[in-house]
Amino acid sequence: MIEVDSITFAYPSSSPIFVDFSWQVGRGETWTVLGPSGCGKSTLLYLLAGLQFPQKGQVRIDGKALTRPRPQTGLILQDYGLLPWATVRQNAELGLKIRGFYGPDGTHAPTQVDWDNSVLPWLERLGIQAVADHYPSQISGGQRQRTAIARTLVLHPDLLLMDEPFSSLDAPTREGLQTLILQLQAENQLTLVMVTHSIEEAAFMGKKILLLTQPPIHQASIIENSQAGSEGYRKSEAYLALCETLRTKLEQR
Amino acid sequence: MKRRLDLLLTLLALIGLWQLAAWLVHRSILPDPITVLVAFWRELRDDLPMHFAASLWRVLASTALAIFTAAPAGLVLGQSKRLNRLFSPLIYLLYPIPKVVFVPLVLLFLGLGDAPKILIIYLILFFQILVLVRDQAAALRPELLLSVRSLGAGRRALFRFVYLPASLPAILTALRQSVGTAVAVLYVAELYATQRGLGYYIYINGSTFFDYPAMYVGILAMSLLGVGLYSGVDYLEKRLCKWM
Repeated sequence: MIEVDSITFAYPSSSPIFVDFSWQVGRGETWTVLGPSGCGKSTLLYLLAGLQFPQKGQVRIDGKALTRPRPQTGLILQDYGLLPWATVRQNAELGLKIRGFYGPDGTHAPTQVDWDNSVLPWLERLGIQAVADHYPSQISGGQRQRTAIARTLVLHPDLLLMDEPFSSLDAPTREGLQTLILQLQAENQLTLVMVTHSIEEAAFMGKKILLLTQPPIHQASIIENSQAGSEGYRKSEAYLALCETLRTKLEQR
Repeated sequence: MKRRLDLLLTLLALIGLWQLAAWLVHRSILPDPITVLVAFWRELRDDLPMHFAASLWRVLASTALAIFTAAPAGLVLGQSKRLNRLFSPLIYLLYPIPKVVFVPLVLLFLGLGDAPKILIIYLILFFQILVLVRDQAAALRPELLLSVRSLGAGRRALFRFVYLPASLPAILTALRQSVGTAVAVLYVAELYATQRGLGYYIYINGSTFFDYPAMYVGILAMSLLGVGLYSGVDYLEKRLCKWM
């Protein structure tokens, strides 16, 4: 589904982050991207989202080179993604409103007009209908991320990109949301790419883990983790062993 | 409710102090509140409403003009680093100049009528709103803009769904900060080349007719204008910026 084809990317007047870097993601796969701060994880996500563009090479999704954000891609960031002046419901409706603003033009919104206009089922599914009329500043961090998830899923994306979505949350909330995201991913046949700096999160969520090192990054280092997300996996030997492996690999580099 | 009671009690205390001062000073240049209230009632059926309306019109017209020019300009500067770099030295130089010193100049150029008064207040409000809206737009978190762009928003939708609502509190804050100055400058502007407006009314009653109660009526009316505008902004802020 996603083809990162020999890209080279650098921010203006700094050294390159990716050099001739290639990587593929298949439809319906669950990936986590793990690496230390400043390794280019978020940059990779912005490249996939069509918010940044490589100087060389191409990022293609379903065979089409990205030139701008794609209507079927959902992006969820760590924080600050919600409009502070809009309620939970209004925030969840934002994507629909933007689509209504442009109409089904194929650029800002998909051409088919059959998208579902009600956010209510999503607010219920995510357990935030009780705070639907609250503002982001009045709800918990977990509820804010649930709102961001609702806002994205109401648009029926096929690709979900997440940039450290749970890193500012406490452990029980974080684990609850990790499980929820995996459920939603399965229910909606989403392709998921989640960037994280947490070894535990990468190991629990990602059936495939892309390990990034200090830039410049030339090669994709991939770790298979087929049991990820299954019930009880968090307590299994395999999970603990994987965490240890990941830790060692991160320390080596 | 409690706030209203507090305001009422404070008002009564101020009137009490005024009364006390009137007793102590015991001169015609400081009439007591009752005398002024009686005069107020009398003037209300005379010219006062006309002067009040003239002043109110000048403030409202200049405010509307300032919002509709400064807010878009501020949004554009806040969005474009390049334009902001170009204009910010100019704004930096012009912003702190006390616009009231231009009153005689504007009068010379624009002559009689409402235009010079409106222009002077407009200049004050313009820079206040421009600077606050620009800073607000520039301070929007990149994460917010990225995530809204990822929902499909291009430049127009970003403007409609992010920049425009984000500028609203900045406009109201600017108005809140400058409404007092606007009324003060209105007073100065109305001292010249007009026979309408509360500034003129205060001046003429105080220095020509020596009708001190009527002068105080003018001061009271001007204060009411200021308080009214201030609480109007307050009301709008509560209605429109519920999230704050």
